[in-house]
Amino acid sequence: MKRRKLEEALFKMLMMGSTVIVLGSLALILATVAWRGLPALNLAMLTQTPKGGYYLGREGGILNAIVGSLYLAGGATILAMVMSLPIALYLQIYAARSRRAELARLALDVLWGVPSIVYGAFGFIIMLWLGMRASLLGGIIVLALLELPIMVRGMDEAMAMVPLALKEASYALGATRLETALKIIVRQTTPGLLTAILLAFGRGIGDAASVLFTAGYTDRLPDSLFGPAASLPLAVFFQLGTPFPAVQERAYASALVLTIIVLALSLISRGLASRFTKHIIR
Amino acid sequence: MLKPHIQIQDLNVWYDTHRALKDITADVPAYGITAIVGPSGCGKSTLLKSLNRLLEETDRVRVTGSVLLDGADIYRSGVDVTDVRTRVGLLAPKPFPLPMSIYDNVAYGPRIHSRRNGGHMDGVVERHLLEAGLWDEVRDRLRAPASRLSTGQQQRLCLARALAVEPEVLLCDEPTSALDPISAQRIESQLQALKEKMTILVVTHLLRQARRLADYVIFLWMGELVESGTAAQVFGAPRDERTRAYLAGDIG
Repeated sequence: MKRRKLEEALFKMLMMGSTVIVLGSLALILATVAWRGLPALNLAMLTQTPKGGYYLGREGGILNAIVGSLYLAGGATILAMVMSLPIALYLQIYAARSRRAELARLALDVLWGVPSIVYGAFGFIIMLWLGMRASLLGGIIVLALLELPIMVRGMDEAMAMVPLALKEASYALGATRLETALKIIVRQTTPGLLTAILLAFGRGIGDAASVLFTAGYTDRLPDSLFGPAASLPLAVFFQLGTPFPAVQERAYASALVLTIIVLALSLISRGLASRFTKHIIR
Repeated sequence: MLKPHIQIQDLNVWYDTHRALKDITADVPAYGITAIVGPSGCGKSTLLKSLNRLLEETDRVRVTGSVLLDGADIYRSGVDVTDVRTRVGLLAPKPFPLPMSIYDNVAYGPRIHSRRNGGHMDGVVERHLLEAGLWDEVRDRLRAPASRLSTGQQQRLCLARALAVEPEVLLCDEPTSALDPISAQRIESQLQALKEKMTILVVTHLLRQARRLADYVIFLWMGELVESGTAAQVFGAPRDERTRAYLAGDIG
């Protein structure tokens, strides 16, 4: 009897310990970025492109990277969304648990695991082959491919939670599968779909390796789909890579901006999601 | 017996290798309430869901035989299932409102079939909520989410939603099993009123409910049709020993 109690106490401590370590790391990361980044963060950082000496600018700001990242990840997320929703609906409504669907899910899970540098290299080869230069468009397409498996699997999982009886309720009224998918399943799973989109956006905007060769980098604001575009992760990478402490400090400011963007988006999407939950059938 | 509205002929259903229904042949008369009775797992719901072809939404199910609706086989190739389900409505055991407002739940069917039924949608919604006995409770909050209604109200909403498609047949699968006795009684009285206008089939494992509601009875036992006929005949003078034993409470 005593041994079992001890066992439980021990495992409870282990579980709590793990949770504390994870939450502690998150707090530590946020604190470090804020503590190192806040002093260098000023209005100019957010409103100007790089200026002044050193090769990535001691003066000016990172507006090029902020705008570039929003274009890249925003464009990629929209592109991925346009492809993901049909795939997820197909997997759920038409293919269900068929072999074909399971194979597609396996392929998506493998794609999810592919390192982003491989996506970057793959995109780079294709672009060379097409005679394309590093560009906003190239970056968007490669990032969209990177985001796709996360988004599809997220949507797929969300839709798998829809009770069969709810789908049957719609079918029993004479609705087609498509009507049921668009009018019932999408409504019922809107918060889950938003979460999937946000997860994908988070991976997209935070990724450096896939845009390194495909979108390139520039000190200027992106002005064309076919010109290069800067991005925040690469800004952090380049700034940290310089031997100048003043520029390195700005890397933390860039990281802070990136973190704030992701944080703000997740808060906004939570707010949006809660507006849709009132209709959800449990 | 009136002219049969539905004729079930040699109907067999397999789930994988399990044969859930065995050579069912029965006539369902037009109008009135036909109760499908029998112990749990005897294939009552399976039989019901084969009448609007909802069964095939389940994985690995196989159906043979035919079901004639007004003389035309709904399993004939080329038949549009959405058309069958428009003519044959369903009330499920547990209410599942659609994830939208009370109003939109009722309007869902007429909208997808682009039917206004000669009037404005507001009138359609009101008429069917009245028919389901829910209008007085929701008239002031038609735009509220259906999920906020009580279970009993949700089931009546599901009834209104099914009626809004104006089916000629209404299938009710243990329609009161999730409800308290008061709500159950309300559903029963709505069905009693509706049987003048449409053919109603009710699956129930409650003999008392079957005795209250049924004009005709189909008695199933382990996937087989044991006996069918008018309520008076099946309940009053059952021909089969199993029916007699079941009615007496000796089995099932």
